[in-house]
Amino acid sequence: MKTPLNRLARVAWLAGALGLGVMAWAQAQDAKPVNLKTTADHSKFKELQREFKSGPELTKACLSCHTEAAGQIHRTKHWKWEYKNPVTNQLLGKKNVLNNYCISIASNEASCNTCHVGYGWKDASFDFKSEENVDCVVCHDTTGNYRKAPGMAGHVVTKDTEFPPGSGKIIKGIDLTKIAQKVGKSSRDTCGACHFYGGGGDGVKHGDLDSSLAAPDKALDVHMDATGLDFTCATCHKAASHDVAGSRYTPTAKDAKGAHMRGASDNGNPATCVSCHGQSPHKKDALLNRHTAKLACQTCHIPTFARGGIATKMGWDWSTAGQRDAKGEHIVRKDAKGHVIYESRKGDFVLGENVKPTYLWFNGDVHYTLLTDKIDPGQPVVGINSLGGSPNDGKSMIWPVKRHVGKQPYDTENLTLITPHTAGNDDTGYWKNLDWNKAIEAGMTVSGAPFSGKYGFVRTQMDWPITHMVAPKDKALACVDCHTRNGRLQGLDGIYMPGASANPWVTRLGWGLVLLTLLGVTGHGVMRLLSRGKKQGA
Amino acid sequence: MTERVYLFKGFERFWHWSQAALIIFLMVTGFEIHGTYRLFGFGNAVNYHTMAAWTLVGLWVFAIFWHIVTGEWRQYIPTTERVLAIARFYSSGIFKGEPHPYKPTPLKKHNPLQRLTYLAVLTLLSPLIWISGWLYLFYGSWAAWGLGALRLEWVATAHTLGAFLMLAFLISHVYLATTGHKWNSQIKAMVTGWEEVA
Repeated sequence: MKTPLNRLARVAWLAGALGLGVMAWAQAQDAKPVNLKTTADHSKFKELQREFKSGPELTKACLSCHTEAAGQIHRTKHWKWEYKNPVTNQLLGKKNVLNNYCISIASNEASCNTCHVGYGWKDASFDFKSEENVDCVVCHDTTGNYRKAPGMAGHVVTKDTEFPPGSGKIIKGIDLTKIAQKVGKSSRDTCGACHFYGGGGDGVKHGDLDSSLAAPDKALDVHMDATGLDFTCATCHKAASHDVAGSRYTPTAKDAKGAHMRGASDNGNPATCVSCHGQSPHKKDALLNRHTAKLACQTCHIPTFARGGIATKMGWDWSTAGQRDAKGEHIVRKDAKGHVIYESRKGDFVLGENVKPTYLWFNGDVHYTLLTDKIDPGQPVVGINSLGGSPNDGKSMIWPVKRHVGKQPYDTENLTLITPHTAGNDDTGYWKNLDWNKAIEAGMTVSGAPFSGKYGFVRTQMDWPITHMVAPKDKALACVDCHTRNGRLQGLDGIYMPGASANPWVTRLGWGLVLLTLLGVTGHGVMRLLSRGKKQGA
Repeated sequence: MTERVYLFKGFERFWHWSQAALIIFLMVTGFEIHGTYRLFGFGNAVNYHTMAAWTLVGLWVFAIFWHIVTGEWRQYIPTTERVLAIARFYSSGIFKGEPHPYKPTPLKKHNPLQRLTYLAVLTLLSPLIWISGWLYLFYGSWAAWGLGALRLEWVATAHTLGAFLMLAFLISHVYLATTGHKWNSQIKAMVTGWEEVA
């Protein structure tokens, strides 16, 4: 029924709606299209509207506005490749440590230092104070076109260049202007350009970092899930003044603090799980929170590593390198999946996918065997690094690690490890001539370490804490993966796990008692049955 | 003409059978947690075990209240009177067709041997299981309670031994239930409340 009042209300409503519509239309007309992700569109900067012939030339343009950036980079591990461990006082960093993959960078800088955030570190003469040699775009490229070719000491080419000279191989020049005009924040691709390829190839070194994380699905990494949370590396590895949080030399094994609070002065490492999830992350099942006193989150939430379809190296035996075929040429052997398992230049490889980690108590202390340290080749294995920890020190948690075993050259007289010259288009480079004597001589000269002239091969081992490739919770380890005999944590000291750790004597005693009781009542019952006739007869 | 006596009141029978069911379920889940077999899955077994334990706690609260207000707790006062006669019955008389030397009455429904056994279960076995079980449940709070020196291994071992003793008790208990006037008299009594005693 239409009353006058009703009609009035309808008219008023229509007028209001019309008014709002007009206002919205006017606003839409006012706002111009804008990039909401940044306040600076680098393509509009005059400084970048020109041709750049080299990396350093581009860096100078960057620094003309970002005046402090190079100075900030100069203070970081990414630049120095040197780090003094404040606990052990060991001088570490890529410049100083050895590993049991490609072994060491000394004498191989032109190749290894492709991944340095700088231009031109080809030998010890590199100027670490140079601002223009800082490589800004290796981290800030968003086009995916930036390439640093191995062998050029981190330099880029802007024109098609034959490299090595006379080889007939052409490295394509890149357009630095386009890259410069589109710079942005770091991404999984920029970090991954180096960190996915550590050890000389995709997934080789870490096991939990490979190119499958460039655009992972949820099952591979719940945080980096490209169609979900889409974290970049820097979401966790939050940088301040270009210094990126997180360290393999002084890792945070146990984050005793809770989730970070904005502005709190005692916020620790922002890259730990706890820094977001706190100490009691399990909301539905409180029982699980009791596990956080002893287990690193990673232990359950990363059930296996190398899960993205890319194999990681689990073993590298240099002692078998150097074989040639009948024609005297280098050999490359592949397995059924096409993975290289032998190379004359490098020896035998063991590869793994979906690898169950090794578990150990870890307190964050990492000790390296350096070039100056004596080794004992009589030991079953020499730890290139060794992780400290015990169930009782109050600082340790049970961590998953990738254990990489190797066999690598050592000086049989001086009892030290060796830094061979491997990469390089010269007569002493092992990968060219397969001659250990020349390669070791040349490498040790650059390292400045004595070499007796005699070498052998020693078994070595490295442990790499696993922390990436976090699975969604329904794919985390189940209780029974550990709470069972011969479960994942079998043999680890200092824990009692129901279902896995019961003293077998308690079990034997218990069943013995039960069996005796059964025998007793059965005997008693049988005697009653047998005596029934008597009873009736009596 | 059979002689019958009303021994077990409604609440007692409810208490007995629900407790029996809970204890058996606790054993089934407990031995899975111990690692003897896989049935529900470890995580489920732990959750069910915990739920059943809390249910049993609730049942005990009612049972203790009932025993206090009805005065039935007196049924468990130990006595050594004629205990030897009863022991002799079970070790020899029973095979000779002798009648049971003890006639239960509503005021004294347990024979002296039963009284001693139930008292032992109540004062020795139950505390062993309950104290170790509670500590197990509150493992996460030990440090806060000043029990940091306690080790899970000791608590788990005590709890496991308690479970084996309880299983042994259960076996004997079920068997002895068949030793009444007729093999099923005592079982019937626990269902209907009335026991045939002669």
